[in-house]
Amino acid sequence: MSSIGTGYDLSASTFSPDGRVFQVEYAMKAVENSSTAIGIRCKDGVVFGVEKLILSKLYEQGSNKRIFNIDRHVGMAVAGLLADARSLSEVSREEASNFRSNYGHDIPLKHLADRVAMYVHAYTLYSAVRPFGCSFILGSYDEDDGPQLYMVDPSGISYMKEMTCRELVKEVAKIIYIVHDEVKDKAFELELSWVGEVTKGRHELVPKDIKEEAEKYAKESLEEEDDSDEDNM
Amino acid sequence: MDSHHSYSQVKGVSTGVSNLFIKSYVSSKTINKLIQVHDRIFCCIAGSLADAQAVTKMAKFQLSFHSIQMESPPLVKAAASIMRELCYNNKEELQAGFITAGWDRKKGPQIYVVSLGGMLLSQPFTIGGSGSTYIYGYVDAKFKPDMSLEEAIQFSTNALALAMGRDNVSGGVVHLVVITEAEVKHVVVPGNKLPKFHDE
Repeated sequence: MSSIGTGYDLSASTFSPDGRVFQVEYAMKAVENSSTAIGIRCKDGVVFGVEKLILSKLYEQGSNKRIFNIDRHVGMAVAGLLADARSLSEVSREEASNFRSNYGHDIPLKHLADRVAMYVHAYTLYSAVRPFGCSFILGSYDEDDGPQLYMVDPSGISYMKEMTCRELVKEVAKIIYIVHDEVKDKAFELELSWVGEVTKGRHELVPKDIKEEAEKYAKESLEEEDDSDEDNM
Repeated sequence: MDSHHSYSQVKGVSTGVSNLFIKSYVSSKTINKLIQVHDRIFCCIAGSLADAQAVTKMAKFQLSFHSIQMESPPLVKAAASIMRELCYNNKEELQAGFITAGWDRKKGPQIYVVSLGGMLLSQPFTIGGSGSTYIYGYVDAKFKPDMSLEEAIQFSTNALALAMGRDNVSGGVVHLVVITEAEVKHVVVPGNKLPKFHDE
């Protein structure tokens, strides 16, 4: 399915004859080739899970985080080029902080997602810069508005995307384990975070004991599936 | 002055301009010092009225833009924060204080004081202006939290009447604005229709 740009793909300020901006599409490929990030919304919160591929045995556990805290109540999980994602997390933090300074309260997630999406979109307009090669998921929990989840992709669109948080953490771990391709990639470290009623609206990394319980559940589920496959044969 | 009770707000202002400078005459007895900055949010202005009008004009614009971006009516706290930013960042040039009050979906009725230098404070009721010095005792004694609407209106009117009775530069007309979720009611009470207290 590789589309050949042939001359129309050299800069983000050029349309192709069929109305596509190839640079933005190539940026989305960077996201597709990266390892998985998940955000799931449940009735009392949001859980994030990221499959962090371990590139070297020398890396310490917990380094190269792919889940960021944007404000007390907002978390961001990223997929794609990590350096681009880090710079965008700083941008999001500034937006949230300026909002609080001007208006005296927490930034509503929809507004934050819109503002960051506008920023990402701006980089798709000029030939002097390249689009951001990352997508990210923003999540938050608020007493009045409940749990919310938004996704932003390299083209600059933002769009909105239900178990309790504690049960969901186990399911997210299970999904990451299933999705992890043993053949293509080597070892990986699971990064999990959550925001919801259980954390009183603050975005935090999932505590170690709950994370271990979730990983145990995920590994056990995988083994069960392997066993059932054998029975079928 | 302002008081709020469980589901709505009463703001009352008595007019009479007290000028800080040389002139000491009342320039108008009927001006309205209650400015609407959004559907359910009003500001009482005090100090230099020119400065206050300039600030509320800017705040009204910023608040309207903010509300459209948020796609929902603004929080009273957001309105008060906007006024605070304007007052604090321009404190060298401005001499205006405000009482911002209104109703929003999240916290219901609220009152915020934005002082001259840019302090922001939330209070259950508050008084300000030259005549306020004479009624601190009255409001401290008579205020009860969770009053009914009628009690709050009576409380505000009494307090203003007492202040107007004693302060030489307060008087004329009382403007009351009652803000509830459903509507905003503007009531004007001329000085001679106010409750009468013992006065010499």
